[in-house]
Amino acid sequence: MNASEGSLHQESGCFHCGLDIPAGSEFYTVIGGQPRQMCCPGCQAVAQVIADGGLENYYKHRTSEAASPESISASEQLRAEFELYDHHSVQSHFVAELADGSRQATLVIEGITCAACVWLLEHHISSLEGVIAASVNLTNHRARVQWDEQKIHLSDIFIAMHSIGYQGHPYHPDKEEQLLEQETKRAMRRLGIAGVFTMQIMMLAVALYTGAGASLETDYENFIRWASLVLATPVVFYASRPFFQAALRDLRTRHLTMDLPVSIAIGGAYIASIWATVTASGEVYYDSVSMFTFFLLIGRFLEMKARHRTGKAGNALLNLLPASAILYTDDGGEKIVAANELQQGNRILVKPGHTIPADGVIVKGSSSIDESALTGEYLPLTKREGDKVVGGTINVENPIDLEVTQVGASSQLSSIVRLLERAHEEKPRVARLADTVSGYFVTAVLIVAATVGLVWWQINPDHAFWVTLSVLVITCPCALSLATPTALTAATGTLRQHGLLITRGHVLESLARATHIVFDKTGTLTEGNLSLHNTTPLAKMTAQECLDIAAALEVHSEHPIAKAFHRLSQKHQVIAADQLKNHVGQGLEGSIAGKRYFIGKPAFATQLCSQQLDFTDAPDTEGQWLLLASETEPLAWFGLNDPARKQAANMVQQLQSMGLEVQMLTGDSSAAVKHIARQLKIDAVISGVSPEQKLQHIQQLQDNGAQLIMVGDGINDIPVLAGAQTSIAMGSATDLAKTNADAVLISSELVRLPQALRLARRTRANIRQNLGWAILYNLIALPLAAAGMIAPWMAAIGMSVSSLVVVGNALRLTKLDRADRLE
Amino acid sequence: MSIIYLLIPIAIILAGIAIWGFFWSVNNGQLDDLESPAHSILYDDDEHLIPDDAKPPKPAEKPE
Repeated sequence: MNASEGSLHQESGCFHCGLDIPAGSEFYTVIGGQPRQMCCPGCQAVAQVIADGGLENYYKHRTSEAASPESISASEQLRAEFELYDHHSVQSHFVAELADGSRQATLVIEGITCAACVWLLEHHISSLEGVIAASVNLTNHRARVQWDEQKIHLSDIFIAMHSIGYQGHPYHPDKEEQLLEQETKRAMRRLGIAGVFTMQIMMLAVALYTGAGASLETDYENFIRWASLVLATPVVFYASRPFFQAALRDLRTRHLTMDLPVSIAIGGAYIASIWATVTASGEVYYDSVSMFTFFLLIGRFLEMKARHRTGKAGNALLNLLPASAILYTDDGGEKIVAANELQQGNRILVKPGHTIPADGVIVKGSSSIDESALTGEYLPLTKREGDKVVGGTINVENPIDLEVTQVGASSQLSSIVRLLERAHEEKPRVARLADTVSGYFVTAVLIVAATVGLVWWQINPDHAFWVTLSVLVITCPCALSLATPTALTAATGTLRQHGLLITRGHVLESLARATHIVFDKTGTLTEGNLSLHNTTPLAKMTAQECLDIAAALEVHSEHPIAKAFHRLSQKHQVIAADQLKNHVGQGLEGSIAGKRYFIGKPAFATQLCSQQLDFTDAPDTEGQWLLLASETEPLAWFGLNDPARKQAANMVQQLQSMGLEVQMLTGDSSAAVKHIARQLKIDAVISGVSPEQKLQHIQQLQDNGAQLIMVGDGINDIPVLAGAQTSIAMGSATDLAKTNADAVLISSELVRLPQALRLARRTRANIRQNLGWAILYNLIALPLAAAGMIAPWMAAIGMSVSSLVVVGNALRLTKLDRADRLE
Repeated sequence: MSIIYLLIPIAIILAGIAIWGFFWSVNNGQLDDLESPAHSILYDDDEHLIPDDAKPPKPAEKPE
């Protein structure tokens, strides 16, 4: 593998994960006989494992790029963490012992992006010695693994997954999860019933239609009708039950939706057909009933699948908490226990790199704690003895002893979830155009049908029933009920292809109407991690020399600041530092070639220098500044910041030109907020707010009539995502955030947002056209039906044509605007 | 024509059996993953099963 060869595969990004390749980086893996460029050692290592395992076909089969693996350098730590899963007390919650002595567990896997991932995982895990069976489900990202405990441990399986870039977690099914599963199965059974029986009924209907008139003898005709009745009954009573239930609920809440006309159409036509069958008179509509049910069920099923898609990672909240904790026993020993067995007052040890298992107070030691899971901010906070820490956050630097203060439902993490539930309840309901129209429409149809029935009762009682019925069937809101779903399905599919997954029905409608769009900062408008943007040498050394020293000092630290330097040290020859010492919240010291160096806060770094510096001496006031100093003099300033995403400025400008008010709402209160706001030209900025205040802010906006879209990613954004009228989570967001958002921006490409908004506006127009057409058709057909002039075959043709027009119109939404397509 | 008195009931019974089979497969978890099986059939990891003379000629590889 020689990087200087001219035969390099020219890629726009990393061959493994598709991210941009940092300038000057040289990571290659030979895949398919050619060296491929990688963006980081993480991808390189993963690709190497895949290639070594003979699984290179993965790259041929996949349809989307892999998730970029986290740094793989911390493997010792990670191994220790995974080994916790080998303990019996921890396993008792998710591992089953089978009759033949092998063990079986269901795991949730993060990082699955397409079907090739499933192939890769199954092959890689199955090839491990001691693994009996492994199957991975692409839909819910769960793996079922069976292994022989004598030959392999669960931790080895986790590590094997990690080595090809996936993270496994134990899967604990909760109640909600089981309900979802039941719902899916029920929906499938309904679809099956409707599908199979509709086919049968259609077959019989052909005989009825072609034989109508003289050629079919009455006996046969009656028999076929009875057969159709038998077949249609399960469709009406089992398959269409959700429509009837929803219609009943609508009547109770006095809020008419499409479910009511649908139920009236299905129920009415079915009852009328029974009447016709029993009395051997009139017309039967079993075919229309079952076909209609089948089509609507397909639409609902697809919608439901999209909704479940984001909730795949199991009970995401539990995944935030570790499975185990190290408890000090009364005699001073250490014991590993399952995290959910912890009680108030327990003393526990949290090693660096481990997640804190419960809320507590530090009783010994000090460290910096990464609270990004809760606050979304990437810089760890320094915590000392007596400070409170929150379960679910990560201990970064030193081992600490905690006294547990809160567990379970009273912990702070759970309180965020409660806030979330409250926000859900208070979420403003979007009045949907189709529902409003159908509300009026249903009322009108019922009044007309009643009037027609009464009038015909006066004229000719024998005909009254049939004419009334044909009014109901003709106006049977086929086109009307198809008008919205077809447009929405087409637009939803288009958006999904372009990286925006819509999970709730109202999203397109409320996107089209939005007046305000509110962004979280960290991880949404910005990349969410620090990178080095400025090096200012102060002494005679070059910038490169200073960087090398800094990289050597930071090489073993897991602090986010240090990670910015890790990339550098991987790029260049590293000089080695020894006697590294970590001063919590201050910085690092170490010695290189006999000289001592300090890096960190200016006051710390220059403690031995003749010249003392502080932050005011930094080149400017933006971002984070670190000082590198030797024992005698300061050497260099390093400027670190969290850069804005590339397309952010473009997106903000597009949104503003579309007439939306763009706001930024962030928990961060540093100077970086202003900098980003100025860079992106966002005027309305609210910084330094808690999750509660964020929720309050958007509720206040919504109370003042704003139609609001919230875009965010962190756990701290979850309540505000749940409370916003429309919420969009970034693809890189936590699973809990994704489950609670109305839509997920899978590709994290911000420029998709204005495109989605434009498509949503077109969809709205399209729905209006469809509704207009449906109403026009009804206006023509209704008087004719009321006059008793419509034969069933005319009604059938009319209904089909109007449905085709509606569907054809909706299909126009399968393409983006021409300008957007070019991007 | 009176054969339909026999054929239609048979058709209904067959449809019933089909439904029973479908319910069984849903409850048994056969349809839990609707996506990956459709793809997995396309993964040609059976290259070692194809005889050499039946393989299409390889494109000339670039020198390493």
